[in-house]
Amino acid sequence: MADKKTLTFALMDAPYENARTTTALRLIDAAVRRGYNVNVFAYEGAVAVASPTQKPHPNTVHGRDVAEENHPNPKDWVAAVIAEAERRGAKVDWVQCGLCVDERGVTELLPGTRRGTPGDFWTFAEQSDNTLVIPTR
Amino acid sequence: MAKVLNIVTSAYRGTLEEQDDTIIWLTHAMRGAGAEIDVLLQGSAVNYLVRGQDASGLRFGAWEQTQPPRVDDDLAKLVQKGAKLYAVREDLAERGIAEAPLMDGYEAIGRRDLARLLNGYERVWQW
Repeated sequence: MADKKTLTFALMDAPYENARTTTALRLIDAAVRRGYNVNVFAYEGAVAVASPTQKPHPNTVHGRDVAEENHPNPKDWVAAVIAEAERRGAKVDWVQCGLCVDERGVTELLPGTRRGTPGDFWTFAEQSDNTLVIPTR
Repeated sequence: MAKVLNIVTSAYRGTLEEQDDTIIWLTHAMRGAGAEIDVLLQGSAVNYLVRGQDASGLRFGAWEQTQPPRVDDDLAKLVQKGAKLYAVREDLAERGIAEAPLMDGYEAIGRRDLARLLNGYERVWQW
């Protein structure tokens, strides 16, 4: 095993549903800030987390236009952790489960992410120091 | 007009991404469309009443959240618009927050009185 740590995360939850997606990305962010390599296997609803077609919106209830609202899109969080890893000489390898994206029509890929299979998750797990599954409930 | 009671049970569900509680937001939007809707907080959602909550500071890499959720403010605005806000007294007590600094404008209601409260509404929606 190389000196640089490698962690693998398996995510299952769709964005905007609960705090698990946010918590997972906070853990990933913490890992890349330490210079760790991070693998992510986005499974089931989690493939929508990195969907590049997400759009921010204004919010009349909050009384804010689209710029002031600065609505969070998790795809931007994913892009931010990928960029942060690059700045720190690490890598985020984000794999979207291919069958899951086909089922859901979430087939467009965010730059830095790729389509894959459960086999990628097994490869990730074999090559990582540890694997954390964050399941849905 | 049929009166509606929105019962909010699941708290902090996606609030960082949504910048609000989606059912409190929906209540605002539907009142804006003319509906007469009140809110009952139960279960973990009674924690929305606690003053001084601060969800700021979320960041990923260079991305920083500039508009964190402020659910207590959203509830206060709902009360200002004329909505009634209820919270289950026992749920506050069980979580040890009955004596915490809570926002103004809500009415604590005991579980034994819930049937009477719900009977005052033509439509009751539990979220």
